[in-house]
Amino acid sequence: MTNVVMRVVRATKFAGVLALALAAAACANRPYDPQAGGSAPPGSQQDFVVNVGDRVFFESDSSELTSQSIATLEKQAQWLQIYNQYTFTIEGHADERGTREYNIALGARRAQTVRDYLASRGVQPQRMRTISYGKERPVAVCNDISCWSQNRRAVTVLSTSS
Amino acid sequence: MLGAGAAAGALAGLSPQRAAAVLKLDVTQGNVQPVPIAIPDFVGVGLQDPAGARNVSLIIASNLRRSGLFAPIDPAAYIEKISTIDTLPRFPDWRQINAQALVTGRITQSDGRLKAEFRLWDVFAGQQLRGEQYNTTADNWRRIAHIISDAIYERITGEKGYFDSRVVFVDESGPKERRIKRLALMDQDGANVRYLTRGDDLVLTPRFSSAADTITYMSYSQGDPKVYLMNIETGQREIVSNFPGMSFSPRFSPDGQRVIFSLQRGGNSNLFVMDLRSKATTRLTDTQVIDTAPSYSPDGTRISFESDRGGKQQIYIMAANGGEAQRISFGEGAYSTPVWSPRGDYIAFTKQTESKFAIGIMRADGSGERILTEGYHNEGPTWSPNGRVIMFFRDPGGDGGPMLYTVDVTGRNEQILKTPSYASDPAWSPLLQ
Repeated sequence: MTNVVMRVVRATKFAGVLALALAAAACANRPYDPQAGGSAPPGSQQDFVVNVGDRVFFESDSSELTSQSIATLEKQAQWLQIYNQYTFTIEGHADERGTREYNIALGARRAQTVRDYLASRGVQPQRMRTISYGKERPVAVCNDISCWSQNRRAVTVLSTSS
Repeated sequence: MLGAGAAAGALAGLSPQRAAAVLKLDVTQGNVQPVPIAIPDFVGVGLQDPAGARNVSLIIASNLRRSGLFAPIDPAAYIEKISTIDTLPRFPDWRQINAQALVTGRITQSDGRLKAEFRLWDVFAGQQLRGEQYNTTADNWRRIAHIISDAIYERITGEKGYFDSRVVFVDESGPKERRIKRLALMDQDGANVRYLTRGDDLVLTPRFSSAADTITYMSYSQGDPKVYLMNIETGQREIVSNFPGMSFSPRFSPDGQRVIFSLQRGGNSNLFVMDLRSKATTRLTDTQVIDTAPSYSPDGTRISFESDRGGKQQIYIMAANGGEAQRISFGEGAYSTPVWSPRGDYIAFTKQTESKFAIGIMRADGSGERILTEGYHNEGPTWSPNGRVIMFFRDPGGDGGPMLYTVDVTGRNEQILKTPSYASDPAWSPLLQ
């Protein structure tokens, strides 16, 4: 019984993540537009997650930015410069198909790639912190590629204090 | 601990003459035929717990069976009932049930002290192979069973045992997205599980020092994840490297005086070593890649580690003070987590091909590669103190979680080691002192 319930909860979560990823893909080539609508107040964390996209995804065992990731990071850079009261942490993650130690290092490398990109677009380095969780914090849990590709990610997490 | 109050001595042999052929198991052979061994209940004298003497026999039988080198005989088959260890056993009775070896023993309690005596008999030669007695405190009865197991194993195989040892590991609970991880300690047979942290902070990759009283591990307890030390008796913790950036993948030098680890700066991870007394830290590699999972050779002169400097992760060896590194893994796939055997003869590793994760061993020059187990998803080998058994964890992926397994260096005798919950990142201690 518990198992069934858990599975339902996870499936929902997974669907949410997927929807987010698709949304990010759909508007990836348009710049951030505060008038774009939606219920999120401009400049809010929700605005950042929904209208900008808080995460980018990587190929297996890679820390290179895809064209879609670059489009997302362009919008992140733009948004972060408008709302410069935020400091934030870039979390690097890996999928489960690697050893613990290597994945910790790989997550750090992914986070650093995002940090470098945002810095190159004018975001002040002192606002950014990076951390790697390796394969310790997956968002999608299953045994195939649909999950692995969700977990190979770098997430820009705004600090709540601002 | 057994240390301070324990005394060991040899029991005088009872057999009047020495026979020619002495029971000896040659474990260098590929396919070892397990030695049939009878371990009747030990005789109990003045025990508070009447089952105490029997439990010692059961633990010895369980240890020897798990090793794959012994086949304990079902006690229901025994003909002679052992009621004293001061006379010769009736060897024909034991020969008749095909026991090659026989263990008799006695546990005597007076006040809080235990005296444990045992004799190991070669049934066919009709002679005593070993006799010992130990004195210790009553709460050490499990260790007594492990020490006797080691004595039997050593006498019959000619190799050191590994039963009087512990394993530190990561206990896992909760859903995978929010896994709670705690450092935990247990005897090598899974008994006496004790938790060292409460699960508030993510903790990874605990490793024993040679003194077996201290571990080093990685924790996310504050700011950047860092390498820590913990005394497992006092619980006292201390940070190892307090440099900017994340430190991870720690391991002790064989003398316990230094900790080697990876330090991440930017996108790169390099190897550093810290002297625990002077706190002096030395950089060992200086690359734009990922160098991690360092492990010392048992003599402390060399370090094996993994690096993706050539593209994929491969295993490299260099001198303990750094310098030129030599690649030793050349098979298909990625090689990682090299761990040097305490004997020095092999390096265990995790090997990834496509979506398979194998545990294997190779010699330090890269020759003699042998895969011991493969599938999805094996990782993190650690050696028994005698270099004969490898423990690792296997995670089936998806919703489930990892469990601990052991396998012989020959690739035979794979067994699960039961833990209270999911378990990963095992590290085997040296033999206890």
